[in-house]
Amino acid sequence: MTRIDKQNGTTAVTVRGLVKHYGETKALDGVDLEVREGTVMGVLGPNGAGKTTLVRILSTLLAPDAGQATVAGYDVVRQPRQLRRVIGLTGQYASVDEKLPGWENLYLIGRLLDLPRKDARARADELLERFSLTDAAKRPAATYSGGMRRRLDLAASMIGRPAVLYLDEPTTGLDPRTRNEVWDEVKRMVGDGVTVLLTTQYMEEAEQLASELTVVDRGKVIATGGIEELKAKVGGRTLRVKPADPLQLRPLARALDDLGITGLATTTVDTERGTVLVPILSDEQLTAVVSAAVGLGITLSSVSTELPSLDEVFLSLTGHRASAPQDATPTDARQEVAV
Amino acid sequence: MSAHPSPTTTRDEALGAAPSATVTTPAADTPIPLRGHLRHTGALIRRNLLWIRQDPESMFDAVLMPIVFTLLFVYVFGGSIGQALGGGQDEYVQYVVPGLLAMMGMNMAMGVGTGFNQDFNSGVMDRFRSLPIGRGSVLFAKIAVELLRMLVAVAILLVVGVLVGFDITNWGGLLAAVALAAAFGSSLMWVFLTLGVILKNAQSVQGMGFLVLMPLQFGSSVFAPPQSMPGWLQAFTDYNPLSTLADAARGLMVGGPVARDLWVTLGWTVLITAVMAPIAIRKFKTKS
Repeated sequence: MTRIDKQNGTTAVTVRGLVKHYGETKALDGVDLEVREGTVMGVLGPNGAGKTTLVRILSTLLAPDAGQATVAGYDVVRQPRQLRRVIGLTGQYASVDEKLPGWENLYLIGRLLDLPRKDARARADELLERFSLTDAAKRPAATYSGGMRRRLDLAASMIGRPAVLYLDEPTTGLDPRTRNEVWDEVKRMVGDGVTVLLTTQYMEEAEQLASELTVVDRGKVIATGGIEELKAKVGGRTLRVKPADPLQLRPLARALDDLGITGLATTTVDTERGTVLVPILSDEQLTAVVSAAVGLGITLSSVSTELPSLDEVFLSLTGHRASAPQDATPTDARQEVAV
Repeated sequence: MSAHPSPTTTRDEALGAAPSATVTTPAADTPIPLRGHLRHTGALIRRNLLWIRQDPESMFDAVLMPIVFTLLFVYVFGGSIGQALGGGQDEYVQYVVPGLLAMMGMNMAMGVGTGFNQDFNSGVMDRFRSLPIGRGSVLFAKIAVELLRMLVAVAILLVVGVLVGFDITNWGGLLAAVALAAAFGSSLMWVFLTLGVILKNAQSVQGMGFLVLMPLQFGSSVFAPPQSMPGWLQAFTDYNPLSTLADAARGLMVGGPVARDLWVTLGWTVLITAVMAPIAIRKFKTKS
C-alpha cells in the first residue's frame, strides 16, 4: 500500500508557493516546504499562522488557490484519491467516532481503505494491542479518557500503513502526563520509519519529536532548518536564576550583562518571580553564570533551564512577538468550536 | 513528476496538446470501482446502525411519532372531520392513516440532516473525507439507514392504524403506497443533507426543516380534505407533493382515483432528487 516516488528520491512531501485566501485573510501566503522521507518535520507557529490550513490542503480537504503540493509523488489537486491512500491524518479535528466502540472505529476505517473483512478485523485487533487499548476495545470511544482517545486517533491513522502521517497539534489540550504518553507513541511510530508532518505551537513538542523545523507566521515561512540550528539561532536555552535576596536581582543582571555571558539576546529581569533570565548556548555558559554569581558573593536559591517559548523564538527570529490569532478565518472559527 | 509512469493516454495527449504539457501533468486519478463504492457504503451503513444500537433513544421519533399522531388525530379530530366526510370516526381512520403514511415519509427525512451536521462538527467527516472513498458513499449510507428508520415508523403506524380500526383491504396497494412514500422521502433527504452540510449547527437544520415542513404539512390533504379551504390554498394543495402523496396512498390503500396524484408525486420525487442530489454531493465535496 505504501508507495514512494522513486524519481523524487527521498522527498516525501514537496510544497511550492502554496496560497490560500479566506476573503481578505491570507491563511497561506506562498509557503514552500520539503519533508524528507523518514524524518519528522515540525511546523511551528501561533494560532492563525496557517498550520491547519496547510494540513487540510495536504490531506485534500481543502483546495489551494495557487501553488503546488505533492505527497509521496501524488499531486494534491489532480490525484486526490491516490494521495488519500498513502496518508494518515490525526489532529484537532479528524477524530474518532465517539459513539462507536474503539474496535468498530478501526474496523470501519480498515473497510473504507478496502481491506478484506478478515484483514480489517486482524488490523483492528493488532493496532488496539499496540496502542494498549485492547481492554477498552468494546467500549464506546465517548467513555475514553483524553489520552486514550488520542491513542485511538493515532491507531486509526495507522490502519492503512501510511507513508506520510500528519499530526495536527496532537497534544493541544492535553495534560502533561497524557502529552508525554502521546509523544512516546509518536516516537515509536517514527521509529517504524513513517514520515511525519507535525504542527505545533510548542517549541518543547517540536524539540521532542521533530528533526527539522519550519517556523510559520501569518501564512509565511519565516525560518527553516535543523532543530539544533534554529535553537542556536534563538539562543538555545534560557537559564533562570533566582538570587536568595530579591534586592540583588538588578545588580546580578547588570553584572551578567557586563560579563557578556549570554547567547544572542541580553538578560532580562522577571521581577514578578524574582529571577534573571539569561539566554545561553552551552553548558559552559551555564557554569560561568553560576560562578559569576559566586564571584559576586550572591547566594542563589534556584537555577533552572527552560526551552525558549514560542514567543521568544519569534522575538529572536522576527523581532516581533508571535502574532495574536488573526481575523477569524473559517479555520479559526472551527478551532474555537473544537476547543 | 508523476509517481507512476502511466501507459494510458492523458487527456492532454488525446486533445493534441503540446507534448511538454503531458510531461508535467501527473497521471490521472484512479477511479473507484463499483464494488469499492458498495463496500464503502456497506461499511458506513454498519456504522450508522451501530449508532442506533449505541443510542436507542435515537429511534424514539420513529416509534413514538406514528403512535402519537394516529391517536391524536383519530380521537381528537376524528369525530368532527369524520362527520364532514359524511361518516364518523371510522370514516376518518380510513382517511388519515394513508395521510400519516405520507407524513412519515416527510418527517423522517428531516432527521438525516441533523445527524449529518453533528458528524461534521465532530471531525469524523474530515477523517472520512481524507480516505480514498467516493464522497457519495457517506451520503448514500446515511439515506439507506434513514429509509430503514422510515420503514420502522411506517410499520408502527400500520399496526396502530389497524388497532384503531383501519382496514387493510389491498396488500399490493399498501406496498405500492409505502414504496411511493419512501421514494418521495428519500428525495427530500437530499434537501436535508444539503441543509446539514451548509448550516452551522443541528438546531438551525431543525429550525429550517420545520419552516419548510409546517406549511407543506398543514396546507395539504394529509389531515383534512381541502374542500373547505379557500381557493388560493386549494390551488397550493393541489400540487403540494404531500397532498398528492397522501391522495395517491389513499387511492392505493383504500380505493379511488390514483393516476394523477401518482404522477405528480413521482414528478416531484424525480425533480427534487435531480436538483438536490448533485447539490448535496457537491456541497459535501467542497465543504471546508
